[in-house]
Formats: sequence, structure tokens, C-alpha cells
Amino acid sequence: MIRLRNLFAVVMLFGIYSFLTASLFVTLNAVDVAFTEAAVGAGISTFLMLSTLALTVRREKVRRKRTAIPLLVVTIIGATLVYGTFDMPHFSDPSAPLHSHVARHYIEASADEVGVPNLVTAVLASYRGYDTLGEVTVIFTAGIGVLVLLGYRKRSGKP
Amino acid sequence: MRPPIQPHNLVLRISAKMLIPPILMFALYVLFHGETGPGGGFQAGVIFAAAIFLYALVFGIGLARAVATERLLRVLASLGMLLYVGVGLASLFAGANFLDYDVLAQERLEGQHLGIFLTELSIGMTVSAVMMIIFFAFAERGVRR
Repeated sequence: MIRLRNLFAVVMLFGIYSFLTASLFVTLNAVDVAFTEAAVGAGISTFLMLSTLALTVRREKVRRKRTAIPLLVVTIIGATLVYGTFDMPHFSDPSAPLHSHVARHYIEASADEVGVPNLVTAVLASYRGYDTLGEVTVIFTAGIGVLVLLGYRKRSGKP
Repeated sequence: MRPPIQPHNLVLRISAKMLIPPILMFALYVLFHGETGPGGGFQAGVIFAAAIFLYALVFGIGLARAVATERLLRVLASLGMLLYVGVGLASLFAGANFLDYDVLAQERLEGQHLGIFLTELSIGMTVSAVMMIIFFAFAERGVRR
């Protein structure tokens, strides 16, 4: 079992893991997802974790006492997630909901209805524009939350 | 955040200086090319913010804050949201459904084009501004300590 106490190395390993995941997405022909994974997973999260490390310490504290509860929680959640995947359709199953609902319409009609070569953009920005609005609202709300929690600064001299 | 890297770290400074303008350009390319290639507003905003982060890491928070001021970031994030909702309301007032871009221009496809362009732009604005807000909120705690 490998154990790293140097958190800096852990952050770098996370970045490498994200890049590997991104290349996995590329081999699955999901270029847009791979792009997001590389930009967010390897770029932004690494930056944020580095800036958090700068606020705290670089090495994990050694704990003498071992507790079983974290392992138990992780095992239960992991088992639940794996159990959830049993209900998913098999990879490239033609009768999967993914292929039998609106996806066919998007693929066939988006050139006429939206006229944008990138199908992903057509779905995200036009067909599912309302969902994307919700996503942007989530990001905006996250920014407000961080500002409220961390962004408060005493202005010297002014009330 | 640590104090800015010392001047003798020349390689890092020069390579950052050389890298940042192409990164910013690439972000704009991803934003405006999202209709034909991979990418879009979200990725573009993240890449744009990453360029500013790199600048802040190498040259110090203070200099980065001179460009990305608190007020500018807040205005940018809110403006993106407003633009997105505004596009939706514009199509609503033009007699179609919310966020139905068909009616935004004379031609239906042109309307779609314009709508996608504006929404991608607004996503990029909000995402990059929020990313920078989060980063600076973290980074500046260390400066003041």
C-alpha cells in the first residue's frame, strides 16, 4: 500500500489522474468532456488545492490512533455506488434510454434546427439552454457563497 | 499565499510571461470556436481564469489584483448571469418560449447562432469571474495573515 504524507505530491498526483481521465474521455470520443476534465480537474482544482496548501501545512499529521468508522463509511458508500451501476444499461446497448429518447432527434435534426457543427454545443446551449442556465446559476451561487464566507475584508478607515 | 517568487527565479518568470498571452488567446478561441470545435463558454472561462492564476502565482497576488479587481470580478459575474437571462427574456418578448433563439434574428438559424454566441459569452464571463473570485478569496487570506 502506498501512503503519501507530502500533500504537495498528492495534489500533483491528482492532477496527473485528471489528465489520465481526460485522455480516457478522448478515447471514448467525448472530446468536450475531456476538455472540461483537463481544464477543471487538472487546472483549476490543482490551483485551488495549492492555494489551500499555502494556507495550511504541506505534510499530513501522523495519527497514532486508527479508527474504523471512515473505512466503514467509505465501504458502504462504495458498495452502494457499485450496486447502483448494476441497473445501468450495458455499454453501447442499442435499447438504452440514451439511444431511444431525444438523442436520435438531436443527432438527426440539429443541423436543420440549430445549424451548429458541434452537436454538444447545440444540445448544451440551445436544446438544453434552460439546464445550462441552471448550471451557471449554481456556479454564480457558489461564487457568492465563497465571497460571503471568505471574501469579507475590513476596510481600514471607512465604516 | 506565499510571497511572490524571488527575482532570481528567472526561468519561471520568463516562461510564465511567454505562456500567459497564448493561454488568454486560446481561451478566447475556445469561447468563439465552441460552435465548430470542442469547448465552449465553460471551458473558455476556466482557461481564462487559469491564465490569471498563473500570473498571480508567479508575479504575486497584488499585481494580479491590479487587473482583476474585486469590483470588476463581481460586475463580470453578475453581468454574465444577466446577459444569459436577458437572452431568454428577449426571446420571450419576441413571442417565443424562454431561451428559444429562433426569433432573435430575421433568419431562424441566424437567431440560433446569435443566441448560442451570447449564451456562451455569458457562461464564459460568469465562470471565469467566479473562478477568480474563489481563487482570490483563498489566496488573499494567506496574504493578510
